[in-house]
Amino acid sequence: MTDTAPKTGSLDLAEEFLDRTTPLTRIRGILHRHPAISPALVLLVAVIVFGLLNDRFLRPENLSLISQQVAVVGTLAIAQTLVILTAGIDLSVGAIMILSAMVMAQTAASTGVPPVLCLLLGLVVGLAAGGLNGLLVTRLKLPPFIVTLGTLSIFTAVTLLYTGGTTVRGSEIPPLLTFTGVTFSIGGISLTAGVLIMVLLYLIMAYALNRTAWGRHVYAVGDDKEAARLAGISVNRVLVSVYLAAGAIIAVAAWIQIGRTNAASPNSGVDLNLDSITAVVIGGTSLFGGRGAVWGTLLGALIVGVFRNGLALAGLDVLYQTLAVGVLIIVAVALDQWIRKARS
Amino acid sequence: MTAPASRSASASASAHDVDTRAPILEARRLVKTYGRVVGLDGVGLKLYPGEVLAIIGDNGAGKSTLVKCLTGAEVPDTGELLLDGRPVSFKRPQDARAAGIETVYQTLAVSPALDVASNLFLGREERKRGILGSVFRMLDTKGMRAKAGRELAELGISTLQDVTVPVENLSGGQRQAVAVARAAAFGSKVVVLDEPTAALGVRESNQVLELVKALRERGIPVIIISHNMPQVFEVADRIHIQRLGKRAATITPQSHSMTEAVAIMTGAQTA
Repeated sequence: MTDTAPKTGSLDLAEEFLDRTTPLTRIRGILHRHPAISPALVLLVAVIVFGLLNDRFLRPENLSLISQQVAVVGTLAIAQTLVILTAGIDLSVGAIMILSAMVMAQTAASTGVPPVLCLLLGLVVGLAAGGLNGLLVTRLKLPPFIVTLGTLSIFTAVTLLYTGGTTVRGSEIPPLLTFTGVTFSIGGISLTAGVLIMVLLYLIMAYALNRTAWGRHVYAVGDDKEAARLAGISVNRVLVSVYLAAGAIIAVAAWIQIGRTNAASPNSGVDLNLDSITAVVIGGTSLFGGRGAVWGTLLGALIVGVFRNGLALAGLDVLYQTLAVGVLIIVAVALDQWIRKARS
Repeated sequence: MTAPASRSASASASAHDVDTRAPILEARRLVKTYGRVVGLDGVGLKLYPGEVLAIIGDNGAGKSTLVKCLTGAEVPDTGELLLDGRPVSFKRPQDARAAGIETVYQTLAVSPALDVASNLFLGREERKRGILGSVFRMLDTKGMRAKAGRELAELGISTLQDVTVPVENLSGGQRQAVAVARAAAFGSKVVVLDEPTAALGVRESNQVLELVKALRERGIPVIIISHNMPQVFEVADRIHIQRLGKRAATITPQSHSMTEAVAIMTGAQTA
């Protein structure tokens, strides 16, 4: 009775379409809906450019080398994606991986424990470390950044105390633990078991995130925690499950790392923390949570691998690789901010 | 009728209560104190099948507290809650939801990045039949989308044809429609709307009011809290007026004018 406005209804939709008429906003809308498009384009362009710069780049040996270089970071980045989707961040992925790898290798090398049990022990270490992160985030209500900054130091120190800083050589490690370094030839490109395991993990996680209720809940919690709670989702249970899953995935990354380096060193892989975050961010997953896809992360890890390899082949100093990765991160986050404006 | 300070629920039933029918939801002598502040001072309320009951009151009159006690967000100190004539007690909002009382909050409790269908089924997703669902936990995305589409159509929400659109691409009114549809779906007994139009423009508010009427037509009783008198008088069958932690009166849009309702609310007049 108080309303003199025109008829309600379809006008809202019409307005939305009017808003999208410029090509730029239309592109933004598409990128908004399919966050994996932009990293895919970047990867494609990078591969073409590096291929033109150096004809060695596209050779099968080089491509399989890139895949092996990417396997560890790519696997860690799956764990990182999970945590970042919940609007968190995990600074301890590298430290957990090294701890898990050292426990596996040292137990196998210095005790008579069967290799299979050593692998399981590494998995338990990953789960326990991830579970600790999850409990601190949910019970003490501390920001994930602070929790994992603390556990990064704790896990690193525990690793050094446990190993005394010594490396376990490949000759002391049983074949099962270095199995991830074994190569298979598929269509002329030789892939290691570690690369195949990484791809398998991506398939599993893409399924879990897109096709199960748990996946929806992970996105919902990262998107709007309060809305998720009001919808009846147990937010804390989802968060703990995410950190546990991350811990398990990190343990697998530890296994791949042992195979890749044919050793277990408490000092290797210090950069892997930030590299995993880089892969996630370049892959289009938003640091604000609730948006992104695990396939984007694989593309992000490949982009970093391709840039490092391509620049090295082009004869540039390693510092330029680091510089390029830094530029990539800033461009990726700026792009994410711009895409997120499509919301309003 | 004047029954502002009634201590007994049976005596407090005003002439406009439809006593011949059994109420779906009934509150008796609810008391809720916060330290020395008395939020609710023996409030009774009855909600009958297929009606829209509005709760109005000035700030601090206890309408939010009352609704929180009905939806499990607060636990009353004393008093009784009956759902379908059976005593119930809610410790958490989930308890009330499990009993069939769905609440739509003022802050739109939808997940912006998820699509309409995912939001409707958030927290109660349906899995595929057979081994895909039981072992591989696969969601029945197609089935849920079809159900969501039917649900929205039944509620007459014509502007939400595509249930695969992310909620963040919708207007405020459409988002509220998604929240209301979620509350009304899944065989809920009572839908509580807390200031559903507070953040909306005139046209979008009207969409939500149409939705409230659609709920009533489906026989789902609605409790609506609002500050907006014209809206209350447009949509409500009965109006529960809170004042100073007590029920000042229960009126109908036919028995009283808006001015009189405001006068009762502010204490300038008794019913």
